[in-house]
Amino acid sequence: MDKTINITLKVWRQRGPKERGAFESYKLDGISVDTSFLEMLDIQNEILINQGQEPIVFDHDCREGICGMCSLYINGHPHGPDEDITTCQLHMRKFKDGETITIEPWRSAGFPVIRDLMVDRTAFDKIIQAGGYTSINAGGAQDANAIPISKEDADEAMDSASCIGCGACVAACKNGSAMLFLSAKVSQLALLPQGRVEAAKRAKSMVAKMDELGFGNCTNTGACEVECPKNISISNIARLNREFITAKFKD
Amino acid sequence: MSWLLNSSIGRKFIMALSGCALILFLLFHMSMNLVLIFSVEAYDMICELLGTNWYAIAASMGLAALFIVHILYAVVLTLQNRKARGSDVYASSNLSPVEWSSKNMLVLGLVIVAFLVLHLYDFWYKMQFSELFHLEGAEPHGSVIAIDLFSNPVHVLIYLIGITALWFHLAHGFWSMFQSVGINNRIWLPRFKVIGYAVATIICVGFAIVPIFFLAKHFLCSSCM
Repeated sequence: MDKTINITLKVWRQRGPKERGAFESYKLDGISVDTSFLEMLDIQNEILINQGQEPIVFDHDCREGICGMCSLYINGHPHGPDEDITTCQLHMRKFKDGETITIEPWRSAGFPVIRDLMVDRTAFDKIIQAGGYTSINAGGAQDANAIPISKEDADEAMDSASCIGCGACVAACKNGSAMLFLSAKVSQLALLPQGRVEAAKRAKSMVAKMDELGFGNCTNTGACEVECPKNISISNIARLNREFITAKFKD
Repeated sequence: MSWLLNSSIGRKFIMALSGCALILFLLFHMSMNLVLIFSVEAYDMICELLGTNWYAIAASMGLAALFIVHILYAVVLTLQNRKARGSDVYASSNLSPVEWSSKNMLVLGLVIVAFLVLHLYDFWYKMQFSELFHLEGAEPHGSVIAIDLFSNPVHVLIYLIGITALWFHLAHGFWSMFQSVGINNRIWLPRFKVIGYAVATIICVGFAIVPIFFLAKHFLCSSCM
């Protein structure tokens, strides 16, 4: 027999971007500890729908921690109390019987609420569109050994590339800064010869876009790094600062 | 060079550079203070050197400019960050484990500014300022002011509070300045943090020794003064 727990959910409900939101409480009994957090919300929504009420709106897609779609600020942590995982990988065994779980949307001026727990993260797409790519004609794939890349750089670039753009860094930041996201996206290309060609231009235009969209100034608290589900290091932010400052001095 | 004002990284660059210059000033100031423990005459000689000579006044102006830049940028950055964060606050308190000082740099800075105003009134106003404008009660001997001031336990306590706030401010500020100018990576980040704690401790202990020394001297052996 599975172990089950009884919980109370305190969920942020907001009907639209311009409407005022408020918390609503729901009692949920007999939840198996093996249930994932999003499955638990599905169970709650099923109950709401059967009662003829509006289900709780939240973002989700792949449910295996790689798409960056799920969000949720759970009990004071983006992606909940567990470490280095996304909300969809969080399980109810992390909660105690009788616990009240507070679920909120990402709160930052850069991420306005669309409805309930769903926020608008288009700003991240706009930052990527400002330069988070290489604009070369790819042609046929060349021999893998034709461009030598050190193991250290390859590893570092892969680590930076693991950013899924979920926005937990912005949600955790007291300054609403998107620097961790931006620095990962700049680093994954700046570390490799293919991305190096446009590195200076990329750093400048992506930072300009981030500032234009109203994200805050990084004050190095490191909250982003702690809450990042993919363990992106703030050493990427130092790299971004370096890329940006040297690019500006070369102008 | 408009990027220094218009971009977030440019503004942080200014904060880091002015902060770096201020740390160098603190190291100098701290070393100078320690002289007072060993020799009153030597200390007064330094005071005279930094009195109303043209280079001392020029340096004071430069230092004042540094402080103003650092403080103005701190206020501007904080206001921008509040706006970027938005007015919606989380109901569940933010539990992300981060350095306490990193979240309270402005508050710590304000405590230091309050201390600075008192400190400038205590020393700079009576020394360089009064001498420069030929005001009455000008005291060219810094040692007289210091020894008199630090015989008062309340004054010593206020100074120690200011120095404590400075320690926390430096503990975050030191490594943060390397991060902001981009001189940092996975290996050096923990190293800079340790060096930062060491520098903050050296500066603050150096500052704290002087008032504690003269308070102890005042109470323990008033005969040897």
